[in-house]
Amino acid sequence: MSLVSIKDVRKSYGANEVLKGVSLDIKRGDVTAIIGRSGSGKSTLLRCINGLETFQSGSIAVDGMAVGDGKTDLRTLRRHVGMVFQQFNLFPHLTAGENIMLAPTVVAKEQKGEARAMAESLLEKVGLEGKFDAYPGQLSGGQQQRVAIARSLAMRPTVLLCDEITSALDPELVNEVLRVVEQLASEGMTLILVTHEMRFARDVGTKLVFMHHGLVHEEGDPKALFANPGTPELAQFVGGIH
Amino acid sequence: MLEFTFSVILENLLLATRWTILLSLIAFVLGGVVGLIVLFARVSHSRALRTLTIGYIELFQGTPLLMQLFLFFFGVALLGVEVSPWVAASLALTFWTSAFLAEIWRGCVEAIPKGQWEASESLAMTYTEQMRHVILPQALRIAVAPTVGFSVQVIKGTALASVIGFVELTKAGTMLNNATFRPFLVYTLVALIYFALCFPLSWYSKRLEGRLNVAR
Amino acid sequence: MLYQMNFGDLLPYWQVLARGLLFTVVLTLVSTVAGIFVGTAGAWARTFGPKWAGTCVSIYVELIRNTPFIVQLFFIFFGLPAIGVKMGEAEAAFLAMTINLGAYSTEIIRAGIQAVPYGHLEAGSSLAMSRWEIFRHIVLKQAFMKVYPALSSQIVIVMLGSAVVSQISAEDLTYAANYIQSRNFRAFEVYLVVTGIYLALAIALRALLRGIARAVFPKG
Ligand SMILES: Nc1ncnc2c1ncn2[C@@H]1O[C@H](COP(=O)(O)OP(=O)(O)OP(=O)(O)O)[C@@H](O)[C@H]1O
Ligand SMILES: [Mg+2]
Repeated sequence: MSLVSIKDVRKSYGANEVLKGVSLDIKRGDVTAIIGRSGSGKSTLLRCINGLETFQSGSIAVDGMAVGDGKTDLRTLRRHVGMVFQQFNLFPHLTAGENIMLAPTVVAKEQKGEARAMAESLLEKVGLEGKFDAYPGQLSGGQQQRVAIARSLAMRPTVLLCDEITSALDPELVNEVLRVVEQLASEGMTLILVTHEMRFARDVGTKLVFMHHGLVHEEGDPKALFANPGTPELAQFVGGIH
Repeated sequence: MLEFTFSVILENLLLATRWTILLSLIAFVLGGVVGLIVLFARVSHSRALRTLTIGYIELFQGTPLLMQLFLFFFGVALLGVEVSPWVAASLALTFWTSAFLAEIWRGCVEAIPKGQWEASESLAMTYTEQMRHVILPQALRIAVAPTVGFSVQVIKGTALASVIGFVELTKAGTMLNNATFRPFLVYTLVALIYFALCFPLSWYSKRLEGRLNVAR
Repeated sequence: MLYQMNFGDLLPYWQVLARGLLFTVVLTLVSTVAGIFVGTAGAWARTFGPKWAGTCVSIYVELIRNTPFIVQLFFIFFGLPAIGVKMGEAEAAFLAMTINLGAYSTEIIRAGIQAVPYGHLEAGSSLAMSRWEIFRHIVLKQAFMKVYPALSSQIVIVMLGSAVVSQISAEDLTYAANYIQSRNFRAFEVYLVVTGIYLALAIALRALLRGIARAVFPKG
């Protein structure tokens, strides 16, 4: 059974139909890389999965919980779906450690001590031990993004959504973030990544999704698709990148 | 008969200043509490609540404070309750203050980037949790300067309570003028006392604003 | 004991209300124009003018912004005659409003002037324009465009504040309300109706100011 199941999802902003019937199945442990041109609907799809955007028709289910049917509480869903943003969106008035501890203490009602211990181990995991008391403003972009990843992990999500999480970074900081994501992948975390890092999509991804004009135009094994695009659109997109 | 020397005039004005300060504090504190409630309604997810508060704010910002004082003064009397100028002035100034503070604070809340809402929402926080832990602490930082700045408007606003018979600084000035026939002296002193109350707050507000701009 | 509202008792006084309304409108319009003129001069003094003029203007602005309008009004109407400066109610009302708006608009326009990029001034200088020409042709219009919204709200605030001129018996809308309620003893109804008129006036004034902006400034 698939962990995330998306069926014929349609979404419009006014008259502009952005998702035109997207269907996608993602298994537990999959590392799915979503690629495609700007405006093809990648972010919108990702944001529909955790209910940041509503959609008009079709269905999305995560681990058996339906999104946006009014029956499943969005809060319950979001405790299982983590999200990391392009612009980090760390809370600037809290330290790195407090950023990570916030949801566990406020939402999951964990003890302060436990949450703190977990925050410390998560910081270590993303290579930021000793930065517990640093404010986001005192960290580099790459460090901030790693804190943001740790913040999502603190809720022990079943699936982690990442929307172009390296696009706002200086080139020399991209790798430190990708290494963290790669480690998560190797630990079996289910990941859905919108990315422009084609090499990363090919080497780390277990599944490639090419979106085009609001539809899944092609999907399959990353290495196979990069080597042999099935459609001229993907060929052109991949060719245009390299 | 009492001799109205300079020092007697000044002493009486300063005594009346106590009531200006007290009324300002009442209006500012109660207005702040009501304003916070109005703010929550103003930025809530409920369209009905938002429309209602837009109307509330427009009503108090789009009509003269003097009229509001009259309406509370004569309106409360209609309910069969004996109104003192104290009650009418406190009520009118509280609601008037709440509308302005709510609007000032809304600006601060809306200055918080959308990403902060999305990130906290993605962490499964409720609206109240988002407000309490993420949005308000940040909005508060930028709200201090304009809030202190508005306290000056509140102090000046209390001068209008004199019109419904509340004996504060301005009313005391009028009474002293009627007794002494020295309007130039009396109103100069009244103005200087208001200035002494307001200027430090204006100055402090400006300084806070400057510091925040540098910090960014 | 439920109070019965009665608005019918207001009808015989509609002409009184109309005269009061006209006074408030004229007072607002005239002192707006005069106040902005004062504000422009004040802003010029604080940015382009000689140092001493800037200092004088600063003192004027702070004095006005940190004292209540009603006290300014009383000072002008009751205080000034004691040192030989006499004037009627309407003149005092007009003067007080102008001085008040002048101070606020000085600050607003000054902020607009200081937001004009330095490069524009240099461009003007390199075209051999004089300081005055640069101020007049390059700085002023840009500054006004920038601060127009703030200036508009201040004008509405001053209009609403004008209710206070009734306290020196200038025959404005509030004066009319006071007069009517002293005759028909329907204070609440009278003030309710007049409050409604002020609200309508505020909305109309904002619409007028927006209309002016559309007509004067390029592309909204
Ligand atoms: N809030 C919104 N209101 C209206 N239109 C929107 C909104 N958000 C996105 N769109 C439109 O939806 C379309 C898809 O946007 P989306 O952000 O999903 O694209 P994307 O594939 O993520 O592109 P990019 O690579 O630039 O991030 C675009 O045409 C965009 O203009
Ligand atoms: Mg996107």
